[in-house]
Amino acid sequence: MSGRWADRALAVLSPLGFLAIWEACCRLGVLDPRFIPAPTTVLHTMAAMTRTGELPYHTFVSVRRIVFGFLLGAVPAVAVGLTMGLSRPVRAALMPLVSAVYPIPKIAVYPLIIFYLGIGEASKIGIVAVSIFFLVLLSTMAGVLAIDPAYFRIARAYRASAWSMFVTVALPGALPQIFTGLKLGMGFALIVIVGAELLGSTSGIGYLIWRSYQIFDINAMFAGLLVTAILGWVATAGLDWLEHRALPWKPS
Amino acid sequence: MTGPAEIHVSGLTQVYRGAHGPVAALEDVSFAVPAGEFCAVIGPSGCGKTTLLHVLAGLLAPTSGSVAMPQAGHGRLATAVVFQGVSTFPWMTALQNVAYGLRVQGVPPAECRRSAEHHLARVGLSAFRDAYPAQLSEGMRQRVSIARAFATDPDVLLMDEPFGSLDEQTRLHLQDELLRLWEESRKTILFVTHGLDEAVRLADRVLVMTARPGRIKSEVPVPLGRPRGYREIRETPVYGALTARLWDELEGTLDVARS
Repeated sequence: MSGRWADRALAVLSPLGFLAIWEACCRLGVLDPRFIPAPTTVLHTMAAMTRTGELPYHTFVSVRRIVFGFLLGAVPAVAVGLTMGLSRPVRAALMPLVSAVYPIPKIAVYPLIIFYLGIGEASKIGIVAVSIFFLVLLSTMAGVLAIDPAYFRIARAYRASAWSMFVTVALPGALPQIFTGLKLGMGFALIVIVGAELLGSTSGIGYLIWRSYQIFDINAMFAGLLVTAILGWVATAGLDWLEHRALPWKPS
Repeated sequence: MTGPAEIHVSGLTQVYRGAHGPVAALEDVSFAVPAGEFCAVIGPSGCGKTTLLHVLAGLLAPTSGSVAMPQAGHGRLATAVVFQGVSTFPWMTALQNVAYGLRVQGVPPAECRRSAEHHLARVGLSAFRDAYPAQLSEGMRQRVSIARAFATDPDVLLMDEPFGSLDEQTRLHLQDELLRLWEESRKTILFVTHGLDEAVRLADRVLVMTARPGRIKSEVPVPLGRPRGYREIRETPVYGALTARLWDELEGTLDVARS
């Protein structure tokens, strides 16, 4: 128990310590605040941008794109991944395709997605969905393949239908690895959405960072970066919480 | 014990593809098990006992020969299997595990639950209904697995070394529980084991298999009365003679394999 508390204390102390050192360096003149503003300056900027409604608006836009894109990518990825894991013919048929498309950097497909879906919300949601789809699919499939055949044998011995097998063995058995895929995917979703907003957008955190660069508002750039970091942390914590709830049987 | 045959196997041969060509696991296996009999199968390891059980459970199609088992009724299973080793789903609670067989048969949830609670109580695990297998001991997990099999109310129970990985004391306790459940229900049981003592203690009749390819070498009836207390049966002369005979039979299977 004390070990766990120590872990938690360290998890809070280490970023705080980093910020303290950063702050000290700025105040002592080690860092030039014109290039690297102090954390307190960034916080002040964030507070000011929150009052104007600018920061909440762009954050909300990015979060909405991530959430819809995530759902649109992850749900079919789990379904296809489970099917590929359960069925050898389906796996044989789809695996070459997946292997070929998976390594393409998804941001490179972005111009094509804009061409098909336009410059609006659809292309932003689309790029998030596409970029996490293969990741979640592959980890789901690997999760099914890693299930001990003994469990499928029990299900078959009790004459479980294909659908029962899907719901009572494949899905719960693969769930730990599905969550690994979702967490990796969440990181990718953030990278991709901010990247996409840098390139062609008039809203979102990525756009905010790019516009701030163009007007040399370094403080606002840092504010955008900090929001991105916080989003990443909140998303990971949220998925951890969900994982804990979804896998009560996993000894922690 | 002279009811109609529940299990009827004749000329069963099972061949599977090995790395170096076909391997015969079972060869011309024939036997019958009458309704209500507790029948044990022993044999040297790798003799195809588990293969035989998987064929009877419908998990493997026989290469040749015929297998007659009771037919499944509406929403009811003809056979239920208790496996060795990993036999419960780690993502289901004890109660959900026991209800599993009924659930996949499409029995309504309320009925599943009621029946699962009843059968969990019969193996003394009511207090652990919401525990996950990781929180239970190996012996408790096998109890859950046995409760799941009885909950489906099958005609035949197929048990594949269910107590193989338990310590001696737990094994004896579980044998007692199984005998009690069996005496209440008089299901037909085919019980695969590598333990001579276990076979003699539990069964009405013991089938001895040869080394691979497995064949039925002999049938040894167990003329011991019931109930069979652990101490009482050991003090009877019949017990010693029976285990000695089974030992000789098993040794014989190895001589055949060596020659």
